[in-house]
Amino acid sequence: MKQKILAANQNLNGWLFPIILIPIWAITYINLTNISNFFVDSVFNLTKGQHLTETIRFFIFEVPKVLLLLVIIIFAVGIVRTYFTPERTRDFLSGKSLFTGNVLASLLGIVTPFCSCSAIPLFLGFVEAGVPLGVTFSFLIAAPMVNEVAVVLLLGLFGWKVTLIYILTGLTIAILAGWLIGVLKLEKYVADWVYNVKTGLQPGDDNKIAFSERIKMGYSQVKEIVGKIWLYIIIGIAIGAAAHGYVPEDFLGSLLGKEHWYGVPVAIILGVPMYSNAAGIIPIVSVLIEKGVSLGTALAFMMSVIALSLPEIIILKKVLKWQLIASFVVIVATGIIIVGLIFNVLM
Amino acid sequence: MEIKVLGTGCAKCNTLTKLTKSVVEKCGIDATITKVDDIQEIMQYGVMVTPALVVDGKVVIKGKIPTALELEELLTK
Repeated sequence: MKQKILAANQNLNGWLFPIILIPIWAITYINLTNISNFFVDSVFNLTKGQHLTETIRFFIFEVPKVLLLLVIIIFAVGIVRTYFTPERTRDFLSGKSLFTGNVLASLLGIVTPFCSCSAIPLFLGFVEAGVPLGVTFSFLIAAPMVNEVAVVLLLGLFGWKVTLIYILTGLTIAILAGWLIGVLKLEKYVADWVYNVKTGLQPGDDNKIAFSERIKMGYSQVKEIVGKIWLYIIIGIAIGAAAHGYVPEDFLGSLLGKEHWYGVPVAIILGVPMYSNAAGIIPIVSVLIEKGVSLGTALAFMMSVIALSLPEIIILKKVLKWQLIASFVVIVATGIIIVGLIFNVLM
Repeated sequence: MEIKVLGTGCAKCNTLTKLTKSVVEKCGIDATITKVDDIQEIMQYGVMVTPALVVDGKVVIKGKIPTALELEELLTK
């Protein structure tokens, strides 16, 4: 009996608990507009239409909405990711030809668990196992750029069209940039010691685990990622909400509207040194668009902040010579500029 | 017992080191804990995601921080 209670207790902490939360999640999400309006209009009793009221309304609605979306999508992605380990991705990509390899690597970049602090061991592991350099780059560009946090925030704050555009253009940049790095044969600009590293790489384990275990892992992903980024999101949305309420519409349009060709390069020059994750930057970008910055320029800014960052470049310096780093930055930046310009012309 | 924490100095690696130390202390395990941050040495263990935990030369955890309970089970069995 005691054993049974203990087991039930463990399940409750493990996989059962997240399952119980799902209906509660759904009810809250569906009624979110009513809940936030109730708080703003009835509990705080604020006057409709005032700057402060609309700022607070925006904040009270957006924060729980984004957090709720984040929780459910990270949970789902966390479960999907238990089927993809870096080892399996590496084995799968090794020896793949250019282009096909780049396409596969970019797609796998989305679902393979990846943290930028593991970029170096991952890079070494891939190269040692015979994954072509260009294919490895496709993976390294796609993994941080098209991640679940970015997707959730885009979905929540911009809607599915912009989300789809972001994912597709992000993947295209990762595929083509990696392909170009492959075609240019830049292998000689990888630090010399990389090829002398003796790795004890074992082939990927077959990764058979119980589904309840996968649910647990999804749940722990939620705790880990949301625990790390919730503050960025709240700050990002707070800045967004303040701007939403107080900055006049089209305030930035005259500066960074689409009729100015230099908007996109300026966005990238501003974006690269900024080190932020998707969580902090996307709420701010959503307000930039509201205030007249064109979609292409905003997209370019967002991508350059997320995909090209100084700290990451400094990390990569350990394994790459400056020529390769420069090529990487120039190629990716050019890709982002092209995407930005195309959207400024089209939209 | 010889325990090595592999990691190139990210926040998670330090968390794992601390956690390992506290579990070892709590359970009274006779073990030496060393932190390995040399990337070439890390690669010898075939680890692609850090942090990782090596017990007596064998990789037992990679790419995640276990709960204290999981770690206790791993180290005491």
